[in-house]
Amino acid sequence: MHELSLCRSLIRQAGRVAAEHGALRIRRVCLRIGPLSGVEAALMREAFPLASRHTLAEGARLEMTRCPVRVHCPLCRQEAEASVNDLSCPRCGHWQTRLTGGDELLLVSVDLADAPLPPTG
Amino acid sequence: MCQTCGCALPDHLQHASNEHDVHTVEVLEGLKAHNDEVARHNREHFDRAGLLVVNLMSSPGAGKTRLLEATIEALGARYRLAVIEGDLDTENDARRIRARGVPAVQITTGSACHLDAAMVHRAAHALPLDALDLLFIENVGNLVCPASFDLGQHANVTLLSTPEGDDKPLKYPVMFRASDLVLVTKTDLLPVLDDFDVDAVAAHMHRLASAAPVMALSSKSGPLDAWLEWLEAGLAEQRRPAFHPVPPAEEACLLTRPQGLV
Repeated sequence: MHELSLCRSLIRQAGRVAAEHGALRIRRVCLRIGPLSGVEAALMREAFPLASRHTLAEGARLEMTRCPVRVHCPLCRQEAEASVNDLSCPRCGHWQTRLTGGDELLLVSVDLADAPLPPTG
Repeated sequence: MCQTCGCALPDHLQHASNEHDVHTVEVLEGLKAHNDEVARHNREHFDRAGLLVVNLMSSPGAGKTRLLEATIEALGARYRLAVIEGDLDTENDARRIRARGVPAVQITTGSACHLDAAMVHRAAHALPLDALDLLFIENVGNLVCPASFDLGQHANVTLLSTPEGDDKPLKYPVMFRASDLVLVTKTDLLPVLDDFDVDAVAAHMHRLASAAPVMALSSKSGPLDAWLEWLEAGLAEQRRPAFHPVPPAEEACLLTRPQGLV
């Protein structure tokens, strides 16, 4: 499960953004994930609270937008949606397509707050 | 979890009063930015030293170490080789490599299922890179996680052993899409396996829109020729002198002449 190490790296990145803006808390983290990125959204969701404990992102909400797999066919000169294990052109069947979407693994935005974490417990 | 907005705080009211303080900052940066940066740094080291670095990936037991032993036997006299071994635990694989007179650095990852660029960076510094031709990184046996981490290698080679079945590319598209070469290993077992078709592996790679070559071999009984030629071609390509445009002499002279001497 490499999602935990990715979550740790995500929290470092978000923490850097918070520091640049002098924010005290991270309230929401938005990601874009494609099925060919090799990352499972469900595992990210499980790993995020563990990785964010005792950081500025503790208690933050993790939002993930899933991107479809898309390929461009040089013969049809068109883009189309494809499946993770069949990237051939759904129109003409040509196999030498170019992936145009579906391998994203992107930190899109971070919501920052100036208020510190409220006392818990 | 807060039932109002889905955040991880148990009581939404605790933070609701601060709602107006929140502002969104757009980032648009890859999640692996840090690893990618270290990988780029590794690649600079490798390029400067002029060696070819190959990342070997496969399921556990597909024959990565055995392939390395056979490769050392075939190329050891002509090229200076070294191996970085990644395993969850034990130094067994590094010992097998060292027994053949080739330097090997063992990385034990503990519970981590993959190597990352920082681990490889530390290991690379334990090797005399300038005195090497070929460096193999034997990744942790796993067809999922290693595909997601750039290590600074020049090529990814994925091994697929015949007992595993020929449909692995379709089951692990992320790994096989990242492969520059697929090696079907343990072909000496083909006579007793009735359901493995080497041509099907190539067809499955095409379904992933990959033009990576598929080669079949047995580290035990050969033939290794195609694999060895692929390595030698890769090394030659790596060492092909790159074109660096030189600025015109006069201009260079003007830029470097100390003031007062004009």
